[in-house]
Amino acid sequence: MNELLKLLENDARLTPEALAMMLDKEVGDIRTMIDEYERDGVIVGYHTMIDWDKTDREYVTAMIEIKITPQRGRGYDHIAQKIYNYPEVETLYLMSGGFDLAVFIKGRTMREVAYFVAQKLATLEDVVSTATHFVLRKYKDNNVVYGAAPVDERGNEF
Amino acid sequence: MDYEKILSRTAQEIKPSGIRKFFDLIGSMNDVIALTVGQPDFVTPWHIRVSAIESLERGNTYYTSNSGTPELRAEISSYMKRRFDLSYDPASEIIVTVGGSEAIDLAMRALVNPGDEVIVPQPSFVCYGPIASLAGGVPIVLETKEEDCFKLTPAALKAALTPKTKLLVLPYPNNPTGAILTGEELEGIAEVLRGTDVMVLSDEIYAELTYGRDHVSIASLPGMRERTVVASGFSKSYAMTGWRLGYTLAPAEVTKQMLKIHQYAIMCAPTASQFAAVEAMKNGDADIEMMRAEYNRRRRYLVGGLRGMGIECFQPEGAFYAWPNISKFGMPSEAFCQKLLYEGGVVIVPGTAFGECGEGFARISYAYSVEHIAKALDRIEKFISKLS
Repeated sequence: MNELLKLLENDARLTPEALAMMLDKEVGDIRTMIDEYERDGVIVGYHTMIDWDKTDREYVTAMIEIKITPQRGRGYDHIAQKIYNYPEVETLYLMSGGFDLAVFIKGRTMREVAYFVAQKLATLEDVVSTATHFVLRKYKDNNVVYGAAPVDERGNEF
Repeated sequence: MDYEKILSRTAQEIKPSGIRKFFDLIGSMNDVIALTVGQPDFVTPWHIRVSAIESLERGNTYYTSNSGTPELRAEISSYMKRRFDLSYDPASEIIVTVGGSEAIDLAMRALVNPGDEVIVPQPSFVCYGPIASLAGGVPIVLETKEEDCFKLTPAALKAALTPKTKLLVLPYPNNPTGAILTGEELEGIAEVLRGTDVMVLSDEIYAELTYGRDHVSIASLPGMRERTVVASGFSKSYAMTGWRLGYTLAPAEVTKQMLKIHQYAIMCAPTASQFAAVEAMKNGDADIEMMRAEYNRRRRYLVGGLRGMGIECFQPEGAFYAWPNISKFGMPSEAFCQKLLYEGGVVIVPGTAFGECGEGFARISYAYSVEHIAKALDRIEKFISKLS
């Protein structure tokens, strides 16, 4: 039931009780469905979205384009696995277009990210080239606009 | 100066909306959760906003024709056909107005002669009585009852008709109760009116917000188009309250009179808003769908939450309000709501704001996020557990 998944994707804190009321279902059914989604790997995790810019954490985010030459018989999956196994790698996509893999990593400093790219990624034997782009500002992520918390300015007319 | 002597007696006799003083109390309080607002919490969809912005960039800053741009009237006409099977000629039967409110005002002023009776079912939105009075009419309140699911019944209507009856206001889907009238129920109303000279002002501003079944317009029933003015608008369906844009649909003879009033009092509806509205009607069906689905989930959540704590609540089928029966707490609605505000930190609207027959009820808006509603329900539950 995609509606349940969409609701949870939007707000993972919704309780089974609340979801049951919103979707006009039994609480037990909702619990079972969530359990099944988790078991089948449809729901793969729950996260909190944090605007780290509003904290004192120092960090940089980078998107690294990687071009690779896949080895005969092993395709992209093998090299992808080698890359995503690094805990520094937050996100990894196989892309169509001008490059093959898009890697997102967070580091404490640009130097740390550059070091990771030079030492760990560029040296992998299938990697032909890399291009590192640093994120300057996050405007919107997963449907959420980053910035000032919204204020309800609606007039009390009815 | 003695303003009482100077000012218009009609204006002075209009009662200020009782709810204002209640809202004034809130201003001074911190940490209050409001469930009072009568407008969507969604921002107007971006593609609609962009159309207005682009119209300004092109320099479309002139008045439009009095009845609205031909393009918008054509869109309204095809939308009403597509959604509600209503046929109105864009050239002679549609006026684009400044919100649904102006549409209501135009209809009253074009139809009502001094002394004419205007039947206003209550509980309902606050404007019908005062606007009828301003038009010289006499509002006749017709109370709808919980046991009838707050629907206007043919029997009650028949009993209220007099030789002076000019107009029936039909406020469905209803603010504040969430009641709707089905096609069959409307047929019962229509049967009472056919063969009379009584006109209908059908306020269909919430027509897109019904849950479970599609809205039916009384104007689509046999013999009713000729005696009906449909008032509707963009505010609720497309989350466009601030754009102030509505419309009337009425037979050419009626439209001709309304247009004169609109022309002299208003000139035309805001031009940028009209450009936005064209885009809304052309490409906004998915937005309506999305918002309706979200309201529906909130409706179930709110009504389920209230019933879960033992508060009786009529099942709303339209608009975005719940209308719980709070009479078991043994206080007048206004006292209950004031106590809930001071001791529970939640604001809801006393039912009496929508007519005397709203006593024993309150209006709770679900034009808020589920998270917001959840917090408010928590507080309400704590509050009522202290009462008993």
